[in-house]
Amino acid sequence: MTETEIRARVAEAIAAQAGREGPLLPMLHAIQEAVGHVPDEAVPMLADAMQTTTAEIHGVISFYHDFKRAPQGRHRLRLCRAESCQAVGAAALHDEVRERIGLDWGETTPDGRLTLEAVYCLGLCACGPAAMLDDRPLGRVDAEGLAAAVAEVR
Amino acid sequence: MLTVWVPGDAFARAVGADAVAEAVRREAAARGVDVRVIRNGSRGMVWLEPLVEIEADGRRTGFGPITPAEVPALLDAPVTHPKAIGPVEEHPWFASQTRLTFARVGLTDPLDLAAYEAHGGLKGWRKAQSMSPAEVVAEVTESGLRGRGGAGFPTGIKWNTVLNAPGPQKYIVCNADEGDSGTFADRMLMEGDPFCLIEGMAIAGHAVGASMGYCYIRSEYPDAIRVMRAAVDIARAGGLLGAHFDMEIRVGAGAYVCGEETSLLNSLEGRRGVVRAKPPLPAIEGLFGKPTVVNNVISLASVPIIMAKGGAFYRDFGIGRSRGTMPLQIAGNVKYPGLYECAFGLTLGQIVDEIGGGTASGRPVKAVQVGGPLGAYFPRELFDTPFGYEEFGAKEGLIGHAGIVVFDDTADMLGMARFAMEFCAVESCGKCTPCRIGATRGVETLDRIAAGDPSALPLLTDLCETMRLGSLCALGGFTPYPVMSALTHFPDEFGLRREAAE
Ligand SMILES: Cc1cc2nc3c(=O)[nH]c(=O)nc-3n(C[C@H](O)[C@H](O)[C@H](O)COP(=O)(O)O)c2cc1C
Ligand code: FES
Repeated sequence: MTETEIRARVAEAIAAQAGREGPLLPMLHAIQEAVGHVPDEAVPMLADAMQTTTAEIHGVISFYHDFKRAPQGRHRLRLCRAESCQAVGAAALHDEVRERIGLDWGETTPDGRLTLEAVYCLGLCACGPAAMLDDRPLGRVDAEGLAAAVAEVR
Repeated sequence: MLTVWVPGDAFARAVGADAVAEAVRREAAARGVDVRVIRNGSRGMVWLEPLVEIEADGRRTGFGPITPAEVPALLDAPVTHPKAIGPVEEHPWFASQTRLTFARVGLTDPLDLAAYEAHGGLKGWRKAQSMSPAEVVAEVTESGLRGRGGAGFPTGIKWNTVLNAPGPQKYIVCNADEGDSGTFADRMLMEGDPFCLIEGMAIAGHAVGASMGYCYIRSEYPDAIRVMRAAVDIARAGGLLGAHFDMEIRVGAGAYVCGEETSLLNSLEGRRGVVRAKPPLPAIEGLFGKPTVVNNVISLASVPIIMAKGGAFYRDFGIGRSRGTMPLQIAGNVKYPGLYECAFGLTLGQIVDEIGGGTASGRPVKAVQVGGPLGAYFPRELFDTPFGYEEFGAKEGLIGHAGIVVFDDTADMLGMARFAMEFCAVESCGKCTPCRIGATRGVETLDRIAAGDPSALPLLTDLCETMRLGSLCALGGFTPYPVMSALTHFPDEFGLRREAAE
């Protein structure tokens, strides 16, 4: 994506949400959806749209775990580390999975295909250990099943 | 025509329901059978998901858990299929429930407004519209409904404050941030019966004089967001929304603390999700400074049946000051996990051993964490505690959003205490010192204890006391619950003999 393209996408995302009350979070989600992360270029543009300072915008972006300032993998695997999944062996499973796919928390494969993230509860606690591959929920997972699901996405 | 119900709930999808639905369509086509596949919500018996139901002659029979490979045999000879469980309503796990709030979840097509109405939907809303706002508030007060998000504040009293607050613009905010581990009732309700929540919000709008509502759903729930957005459009087209009250779905951004109501309001306004000092209460100065009702999904979704059947009907279930029903969410290391709605009052032992069937691993139950990451760990000795707000409070615990997470005897309780502190440190909004600094010190102190330093124990107790008394909200204020309950009930894991801890 060229810088001009990025700017165009950001501008479009901002404009699409501008009519709402309290539009900043919807704008940030829309930007991340369109660009894959919240690029540097977006910060002054958001400050402008919201009539506030870039420091204020930085502050909001950095508060939320979801908003990423750098490009992420094309796919995202989230593994649940919260209590209910721990009760069914998530910790040992995660050691095995990280070994198998060669990623630690927050890391992306060198080919940019996959990012691994920790998450605290996916609301799938009655079928843990739970995971989510992009938006696809995965329950009662084992290392083999997760590796297979990951191998399917390009 | 054959109707086959294959749940579209995230639980079912997580264990292969999409592939099962696909197999049903494919195999039916191969057999030349005219089939209608409906993606319903989950019935809540999650160990049986994907739980397929086949409807013939108006009778639905359940089968589960079903794999795609089992579908051909299922279509050929359902009557003799080894995974047949009979009609779901007659299954003991289901039949023993009192399904008020979840009456339609799993039963109907979630986005079929006509089916919603045919199964009792919109009655409460119509009734409410024939009443004055004050009468609606009185009915909800009469029901004894208390907030299902955790704090247990009486819903009618909250509404009354907003009703009496002056101002042309008021808001209804639905808290669908459901961040507690072991909870999924909000998600299941939104995915399985979204109109019920919308109806509840519309009634709330009428009751307090609010014309606009926001439903703030956590980003970890993409299915719920999709279903709710679609349902809002359908409800608007159907006249439930639009004329006097409208609403919008908003998406969170991965911050646990945004479930705290004032932090949620900041987030909705486009700010950092830091907690606001109270007072002023959100009921007086809430979203954009306007009087605002903030209620949990289950609180709001319980209102339609309260209005339809009357406050007294609802109030007659339950014990003490815990009236009505609660959707228990049974999870963790448990044989029969799922959502079980019943009146307050079952003991923790009944819930874990009888309904939950004990552990999935077959090992002894060691501890049960009730009420999410800020809830206490209960040992077997406290299994006679009846499920109710005051009853759990009296045992230094809380029921929270009714998540019940079972651990077997392999659980490392010092490790769980450390996790609680670590979680608080990661998720703290940073506004108050006891939470922001205390949680980090808590992790360090627990590491010292784990390394065998008994002099750190008084420090931990002291730190918990400071966090409990000095934190601005329940994140820092309640993190001591899991920590201190682990220490009190499992002292030997902290290098202590039991007497020393008590
Ligand atoms: C750290 C923290 C997280 C919370 N998370 C939630 C949540 O996810 N959902 C919820 O309904 N209430 C949550 N609450 C409670 C809310 O602050 C508030 O009490 C509730 O939304 C009020 O609605 P109710 O009266 O219907 O329960 C949380 C509180 C704290 C301190
Ligand atoms: S604790 Fe893992 S999905 Fe809820």
